[in-house]
Amino acid sequence: MRGGQGAARAPVIQFTNCRILRGGALLREDLWVRGGRILDPEKLFFEERRVADEQRDCGGCILAPGFIDVQINGGFGVDFSQASEDVGSGVALVARRILSHGVTSFCPTLVTSPLEVYHKVLPQIPVKSGGPHGAGVLGVHLEGPFISREKRGAHPEAHLRSFEADAFQDLLATYGGLDNVRIVTLAPELGHSHEVIRALTALGICVSLGHSVADLGTAEEAVQSGATFITHLFNAMLPFHHRDPGIVGLLTSDRLPAGRHIFYGMIADGIHTNPAALRIAHRAHPKGLVLVTDAVPALGLGNGRHTLGQQEVEVDGLTAYVAGTSTLSGSIAPMDTCVRHFLQATGCSVECALEAASLHPAQLLGLEKRKGTLDFGADADFVVLDDSLHVRATYISGELVWQAEEARP
Amino acid sequence: MRLVILDNYDLASEWAAKYICNRIIQFRPGQDRYFTLGLPTGSTPLGCYKKLIEYHKNGDLSFKYVKTFNMDEYVGLPRNHPESYHSYMWNNFFKHIDIDPNNAHILDGNATDLQAECDAFEKKIKEAGGIDLFVGGIGPDGHIAFNEPGSSLVSRTRLKTLAMDTILANAKYFDGDLSKVPTMALTVGVGTVMDAREVMILITGAHKAFALYKAIEEGVNHMWTVSAFQQHPRTIFVCDEDATLELRVKTVKYFKEPLCIGGFPGVSDGKESAYNVGDPGSIPGSGRSSGERKTKQSER
Repeated sequence: MRGGQGAARAPVIQFTNCRILRGGALLREDLWVRGGRILDPEKLFFEERRVADEQRDCGGCILAPGFIDVQINGGFGVDFSQASEDVGSGVALVARRILSHGVTSFCPTLVTSPLEVYHKVLPQIPVKSGGPHGAGVLGVHLEGPFISREKRGAHPEAHLRSFEADAFQDLLATYGGLDNVRIVTLAPELGHSHEVIRALTALGICVSLGHSVADLGTAEEAVQSGATFITHLFNAMLPFHHRDPGIVGLLTSDRLPAGRHIFYGMIADGIHTNPAALRIAHRAHPKGLVLVTDAVPALGLGNGRHTLGQQEVEVDGLTAYVAGTSTLSGSIAPMDTCVRHFLQATGCSVECALEAASLHPAQLLGLEKRKGTLDFGADADFVVLDDSLHVRATYISGELVWQAEEARP
Repeated sequence: MRLVILDNYDLASEWAAKYICNRIIQFRPGQDRYFTLGLPTGSTPLGCYKKLIEYHKNGDLSFKYVKTFNMDEYVGLPRNHPESYHSYMWNNFFKHIDIDPNNAHILDGNATDLQAECDAFEKKIKEAGGIDLFVGGIGPDGHIAFNEPGSSLVSRTRLKTLAMDTILANAKYFDGDLSKVPTMALTVGVGTVMDAREVMILITGAHKAFALYKAIEEGVNHMWTVSAFQQHPRTIFVCDEDATLELRVKTVKYFKEPLCIGGFPGVSDGKESAYNVGDPGSIPGSGRSSGERKTKQSER
């Protein structure tokens, strides 16, 4: 990212004839970009006394912050949990292909895997800025292995773990280090989880609760220790009960640390969650909702058998199952499909649907000054959408990195 | 003076915008020949600015060779404060048109030496060759720019303390909190505006009616500083019906009746522009018939 003198000489691009998402509203404003960042045109006019070097007509489209996917297990045949010699190429392929879904930053996710996989794969997925090569990698999301046996879902039972006495060291030994890690999903009912949550939080790693049979009290304590996220709400946790809402109760809990609220991931593919349940969660706590794809390697591939982690999955249309069972095995709906489905199922505003895929994940990761918004100074990662929220073009750092076929000259 | 009375705010805004547009087009600005415009802020000129933007977006009006000089700016308010006049001009005008930022002049209320800033502004106006058309408004207390009652009628650009009336009127823009309203401003002087070759004052709304009465039916008085323009050779007052409520019926009839149309300066050589104010079809409700328009009449 350029800055200082260099940025001042960089060309100023003015995106016109568009509506931009800013301050929670769609405004009829132009979007100004320079040096890969969103620029304040008023400041440019009065202080630098400059006008745009180039104007680009957006044809009346919506310009929204680029989508951020904090839970994606692979796609296009790539499985992030598969230890290979060249994990980097797989990540790069997915990074490039999800640009067409409007995703400009993501957290490659590893499901429960044996130690060897973590030790081999993690060092090969560094944090990386996005660009024409693909969406940016914000860090890895480790979903497991410290999760509940009962709620393991599609995760392989053989590799589940609980914390040994020196819990944090045990975790470090399991993963082989936390260098490129951004999010860890664990079950808070496991013994010694609190010291782990505190240690991870202290390192700036986001702790998420999921694949768990925790009751509300346990979940609240975990949040007090530092947990800030719920992994795919409703899925792989105890169902809401009116005398013990379980993890779901965090959405309206009054025992969370002051000034903080919980974020929760939702897979809005129309399959993992009944629309009515999606609406209940959204209405109870709209500001915490984070759209995730939880996409599996079969994303972007056709029907048939494919690999996820240490298991086989079967794809049939928009649904993926653990082969030979009726257990859902992650979604294959792209992020923009999730945004559209979320909009339609909840009847929320366009602004609200867009923020669930951009602002909220950015806030979850503490990145809202640079990502997930079109505020002045933020990275110019944005997506051009038509009125039905289909992606027409994707930009990273102010550069066009993907464009729909019809839009190409 | 000319007193142009339109039925309502929108028509008055449109008339004023067309007049400005015509003036610029007929001036034929170019590389070595800039049209200089003095500009106001506030709620009154908003409709006029919207229309000018529309004419620009239609491709009929360019501000490429126009220089602007705003009347005033608050002291001590950050430039990017939503209520600063810099913000006003950016959001309501500059960002929608093609003016060169170097030609858009607004006083800097945060300058270290405020009087030097004022003197420099006067100098810039002089260097630009003076103002061709100064557009202004009128306060309920008859002030022009921030030349509050009691301001010298030959004053120049300077620092002024705002009158309580003005501070109260502005409070609504600062969450109703009087302590947040700026108490001082830099403003062009009455003399500065009088130096312009032509002056157009926009006055709309019943709350301005008394000030208009004082400005044009009573004498020249520093308590109603707009009255100074009775002594300017070329001033137009553009108003809506409501603003004339305190005028004598005789005055209003005089300026509304077709036979008493003041001349149409600028419409002299038959050159047509899309927004030629002389086109009767374009101003419904102005009470004028087409016959008189074609006649060249002398300035009143």
